[in-house]
Amino acid sequence: MGQNQTAAGNKKVSNYIMMIILIVLVLSVVSIILAVSVYYNGVSTPSQAGTDDLSAGFLAVIGIVAMSMSIVTLFQSRKQAAEMKIEVPKVMTTIECKKCGTKTMREFQRGDYVYKDLDACPKCPDTKQVITAVYKEIKEKEKTYNV
Amino acid sequence: MSLLSGNDTLLQVLSLASYGFFIVLIFYGQRIQMYVMIREVENSLHKLKFIKEEGRKNAIDALKEIGKPPVDPTARVDRYLEYFTIGPQGMDPAGIVYKLDHILDVRDTRLKDEVKLMAPGCDEVQVNNLENTLEAAMALNFIYKVVRHYYIQGKKTLSLYVIMQIQMILPMVMKEAEAYASALKAFAYGQPIGDGAGPLVAAKLMHGYEIRKLPKDCVMASVPLEGRTALVIKAEGPGGNVGKPGDAVETVVEENAGKIANVIMIDAGLKLEGETLGEVADGIGAAIGGPGVDQYKIEDKLTKYKIPINAIIIKEDIGDAVSPLRKEINDAVDKVIERVKALILEQTKEGDKVIIVGVGNSIGVGQ
Repeated sequence: MGQNQTAAGNKKVSNYIMMIILIVLVLSVVSIILAVSVYYNGVSTPSQAGTDDLSAGFLAVIGIVAMSMSIVTLFQSRKQAAEMKIEVPKVMTTIECKKCGTKTMREFQRGDYVYKDLDACPKCPDTKQVITAVYKEIKEKEKTYNV
Repeated sequence: MSLLSGNDTLLQVLSLASYGFFIVLIFYGQRIQMYVMIREVENSLHKLKFIKEEGRKNAIDALKEIGKPPVDPTARVDRYLEYFTIGPQGMDPAGIVYKLDHILDVRDTRLKDEVKLMAPGCDEVQVNNLENTLEAAMALNFIYKVVRHYYIQGKKTLSLYVIMQIQMILPMVMKEAEAYASALKAFAYGQPIGDGAGPLVAAKLMHGYEIRKLPKDCVMASVPLEGRTALVIKAEGPGGNVGKPGDAVETVVEENAGKIANVIMIDAGLKLEGETLGEVADGIGAAIGGPGVDQYKIEDKLTKYKIPINAIIIKEDIGDAVSPLRKEINDAVDKVIERVKALILEQTKEGDKVIIVGVGNSIGVGQ
């Protein structure tokens, strides 16, 4: 048994979320186009001279923020869907010789259990080896809180 | 500035929109909050459904692989996953412990018989492991159905308080479901789990000594320890089995006519957030979980003979208790043995008899 995992067959993001993301994305594109149009063509009357740049900037900021948010949401949703899996940890078996105390480790094999007698030790042919431990080791450190 | 001037159309539209937004929030704020909660529960429900299906699939695969059934066990597994147990009536509580004990015995026998029918090619150890796998799948199925119940009820009634009940405990429910999901493979392969910390300590003490069977599904060895005689008890392994330590302790106490100087129970104990995994703590009382039948029997017998009882626990969370044994828990075994020795030296005299019980699931732990 090795390090493996079973993942969800359906990795599709739900249609509801997809629809919202697409609407926001389209609106953000419209906003950016509008910003470009205002910047180049202008819409202000002579009495409001000099306000086109500000309006264009305002629309561009709205468009860029909305576009970034929808893209981030899309990627997060995809990540969430991909994360739907069951991790199967790597389990190790420790084998020890009762006489010489030699310790060896290998991956867990079906049928292994603690205190199971195995074949003779390669160093001491008259002594059987025994499984002394079966455990998983988790490398990543748990988050700690200073309280 | 066109965007900020009073007669600007865009500003008027924005002002109207913000007024509208506040009005909507005043009247529909709670409903929006409820939809957000429903959405959250729905996402978790999708995950739970996936985990539940994986559990069912794993159980069927394990049965087919290990048990070599003559017919497809799928339909039987589906029926097994829906099994329920009705507890005894508690209006007149006198004698309820033995009624519950009887019901649990019947349940255990029935479930084991079902596994034997589904997987006739299995030995006793494999039957126990498969039963544990199916019980984990059963627990996942139950969790999924309860969450789904509250989700549908919340959507039907559109009541914030119905959906809130499940939304608030959802992180803990998900943690438990994920723990059971990781336990599935451990049970199917017969790997030791965190709950096996107690039997692991007992196995280390009794390994190499003569073993004899005790009721029910337990084993015992008489081990010389610090000049005393330790009667070490654990559930019989390496199959997935918790035994009935209550019956085992009762038998040993009666066999020795109550002449037991001390009883030490070793079990895995749930740790609080912030506590270290594998931390060892000792205290007083019968360290044993479950429905309480075994705890009652032990307390009853020890009270009769006025035998002191001590407990040592190895701290771990629910996820660690049902998933493959972690190194930290395995490393705690030697610390527990040191505590046991210290306790025996402090509380008993040379030549005394002491009962040491390793409580928990003996899956993957021999003796």
